Amino acid sequence: MSKARVLIVEDEPNIVESLSFILGRAGFDIETAVDGAEALQRLRRQVYSALILDLMLPGINGFDVLRSVRSDGELKDMPVIVLTAKGQAADRQAAEAIGATAFITKPFSNAEIVQRVSELTGG
Amino acid sequence: MLPANLVVLVCLAYVAVLFVVAFVGDRRARKNPAGWLSSPLVYTLSISIYCTSWTFFGSVGSAAKNGLEFATIYLGPTIVFVGWWIFLRKLVTIGRTYHTTSIADLISARFGKNPALGAMITVLALVAITPYIALQLKAISASFQVITFPAGAVAAAAGSLEPDFAIAFWLAAGLCVFSIIFGVRNIDVNERHHGVIAAIALEALVKLVAFLVVGLWVYLALSGTPEEMFRNAPVSLLNPQQSFGERWVALCFLSGAAVICLPRQFQVTVVENSSEEQLRTASWMFPLYLFLINLFVIPIAMAGLNFLPEGTDPDLFVLALPMAEGQGSLGLLAFLGGFSSATSMVIVSSIALSTMISNHIIMPIAMRFSMVPTGSSQNVRSFILVTRRLSIIFIVFLGFVYFWISRTSDALASIGLISFCGLIQPLPALVAGLYWRRATHGGAIAGLGAGFLIWCYTLFLPSFEGAFVLSSDVIEHGLFGWSWLRPHALFGLEAFDPLVHALFWSMAVNSALLIGVSLLREPTPLTRFQATLFIDIFRRQTESELGVIRRTARVSDLRQIADRILGPSEAVQLFEHGAAAEKAVIASDELISQVEQRLAANVGAASARSLVSRVVTDETISVDELKRLAGEAEQIRAYSAELERKSRQIEATAAELAEANERLREIDVRKDEFLSQVSHEVRTPMTSIRSFSEILLNNRDLDETRKLHFLGIIQSESFRLTRLLDGILDMNLMEPGMQPWEATSFDPEDALDQAIATCEPLARAAGASIIRRRRARNARIMGSRDQLAQVFINLISNSIKHNSNAEPEIAISGGTRKTVYELRIADNGQGIPERDRDQIFQKFYRGQQTRHRGVGLGLPISRQIVERFGGELGLSDAKIGGAEFIVRLPLHQP
Repeated sequence: MSKARVLIVEDEPNIVESLSFILGRAGFDIETAVDGAEALQRLRRQVYSALILDLMLPGINGFDVLRSVRSDGELKDMPVIVLTAKGQAADRQAAEAIGATAFITKPFSNAEIVQRVSELTGG
Repeated sequence: MLPANLVVLVCLAYVAVLFVVAFVGDRRARKNPAGWLSSPLVYTLSISIYCTSWTFFGSVGSAAKNGLEFATIYLGPTIVFVGWWIFLRKLVTIGRTYHTTSIADLISARFGKNPALGAMITVLALVAITPYIALQLKAISASFQVITFPAGAVAAAAGSLEPDFAIAFWLAAGLCVFSIIFGVRNIDVNERHHGVIAAIALEALVKLVAFLVVGLWVYLALSGTPEEMFRNAPVSLLNPQQSFGERWVALCFLSGAAVICLPRQFQVTVVENSSEEQLRTASWMFPLYLFLINLFVIPIAMAGLNFLPEGTDPDLFVLALPMAEGQGSLGLLAFLGGFSSATSMVIVSSIALSTMISNHIIMPIAMRFSMVPTGSSQNVRSFILVTRRLSIIFIVFLGFVYFWISRTSDALASIGLISFCGLIQPLPALVAGLYWRRATHGGAIAGLGAGFLIWCYTLFLPSFEGAFVLSSDVIEHGLFGWSWLRPHALFGLEAFDPLVHALFWSMAVNSALLIGVSLLREPTPLTRFQATLFIDIFRRQTESELGVIRRTARVSDLRQIADRILGPSEAVQLFEHGAAAEKAVIASDELISQVEQRLAANVGAASARSLVSRVVTDETISVDELKRLAGEAEQIRAYSAELERKSRQIEATAAELAEANERLREIDVRKDEFLSQVSHEVRTPMTSIRSFSEILLNNRDLDETRKLHFLGIIQSESFRLTRLLDGILDMNLMEPGMQPWEATSFDPEDALDQAIATCEPLARAAGASIIRRRRARNARIMGSRDQLAQVFINLISNSIKHNSNAEPEIAISGGTRKTVYELRIADNGQGIPERDRDQIFQKFYRGQQTRHRGVGLGLPISRQIVERFGGELGLSDAKIGGAEFIVRLPLHQP
């Protein structure tokens, strides 16, 4: 079977690098975007098994991206793992309300990320 | 002339009618206490005992001699009843509420139930009233002679007629009998004397009708037309120069005070009062009565002067005119009118004075010698009754003796006013008692004593013209020959006539001592307590409610006293149904107060207290409670004003609080926001650190280059965390929004100098040089100088810290442009890319990454401050290569 393809949307380069490394090692195909606009572009061009989405993005933020995904006919069932550095209950509720599949607070455990992504991609 | 026997017979018949009226009145009142005898009309008529024979005969006499002056004697009471209604109402309410037995009782009760005060007023009243009673006896005796002897009025005036001893004696005896029978039935003074009052009311009607009939007859039969009457009038009668002087004012004051203070007036107005309605009616009806009884004074005086022979006593015109014209029956009516006015005065005066003598002189003495509490109850009661009866006999016969001794002198003629002047001496104490909390018994005694002595010395004793105590030499030249002690010109005051002079000095010294001595010492607790009861009478407190006086007494002891003084039947009522119904051994404060009040109604407040004190083993008067009560009335007024003031204050404070609260809420929101941002900023580098640490731990197989790369990331993220913390510390230094915003006008260049000086050490450490270029001249801006300096420090230190140039340089130049102050801080560092410039002013902006060497929190805060100044903080490229921060602030134009 072909590798599941995961899109990481994150503006912090070091985090992008660590996520790419762990998920790459876990056997996923990784693509990245540094802001919301780029993420939406990629989502339109390519099908992904899952989306790892940071909420605080320059320009179009994570909430906007998630809303677009959920309102898109083709993308609306795609698993979206929301990452946030704020960690407040209000953010979590807001994210879940607009359709986040999972919610992970930074700093995260590498194992947890791999496990959640595997679960959601049917691995 | 009329036959003497006929006159005597008519008199006896009239007296018999009075007896019947009194008897029936007593009987009816006992059956129906609220009947017509308690009506305002009867009450008003009883007050008219103010009009004695001195009015009935004397008004005309006075008018014939002094013109309109007689009117002052009625003007004063009119003013009091109409204008001093509030005062009278208070006085009457106090009398009714506390069962006052006399003016002496009221004043002594008010000043701590002081027995000496009561005794003093009694003695004073006795001294002043005796000649007044003598005057009444003389009037009846003289009027009897006028109508039974030919040309009696002329003869009486000439003093050639010896008054008939037998008539005067039997008259006095008759008055005693009447007063004793109807005035001293029971020792409870407050059990109203309905019989007496009924008879007095009848007499009031008789004297009014008699005077009006005589006046009308004189007017119709003798005076002719009004024009003729006035044309024939003697000049002296209507001479206005004698009126409206200081004597006029003095007489109005004197008579106004007398209608309150005379013992008989106090008796009928206060003691006999049963409802406020009575007083309300009297306030207009009594002045009306006074007006009517004086309506024909001037016509009668004119007619007397015109028609009667020279030498006729003007005091007897009322009688002499009908007699001279042969109108025997009219003369008899006038005689009865005079008889009525004289007898009613003697009766009520003797009753009032007998109460005072028995309660304030005999009772205290008897108690001092332990005569009262021993013996059976009936003995004590009859002892009191006997003293009252004997007092009446004593008073009336003192008057009789006085009359007989002075029968041939003129001393009695002016005794009315002299007597008034003595009797009003309690006035200052009375008024102070009702309105001035600070008044003490010491002040009352001093004032009263001094007033009494001055009255005796300047008016009463000199009235004997050297025949009694003061020799005519002393009257002429002063005591011990000291001219400043001349009785009629005390301290050299010669401007007034003797009456005004005496009134002036006695009242002035009396009032001054009352006030002065009162201020020397605090009132005793009991005086203070009584003051509260009296002054705040309309607040209707009872002693037990007040809880001020706490006493301990055995019920059986109280019962014994009550039995003896009140009689068994009333004692039973008080003890079986009242506060003692629970059969306790120790009496409650309420019961003790009740017993004392009931006793006071019988023997006066001072004696009642003295009696109760004998069985009370422990008494405390809570001064704090008293002060609270005394202060309460004023406090309530002051309090409501204070409340208003406070509520305004509270409103203002509430507004301030709301504002402060709003500010705090804002700060709180900002704080939450800030914490959330801090949390975010801390978590971001921590995420990388944790993630790469885990990668390194779990992937031992990684090649060295990668390991080093990951470790490098961990290290740089650690540095980032450190910088972040530094930024937070920087921000704490600034504390934006937390400090009160003090706006002053200052020169921004001064703030800049301060900032540069602060940054000097930092610049030295970094090897950077700060170059001061242009300076703004005379720039002034509004705001907080310290905060602006903080902004400058922040900008300069940023330029130093983040300058990557090998030879860091910071150039600063200020200037003004129109209404704006502009400051540029340029550096020669690597500069800030265009696209990051907006974000650099946001807290923890996301572009702030390692490659830009994060600028911390200082910039966003600096911008906030500058914006609060109404200015702006911008960023552009510097000519010297790096970034240039520009601060623009509006200039302040004073």
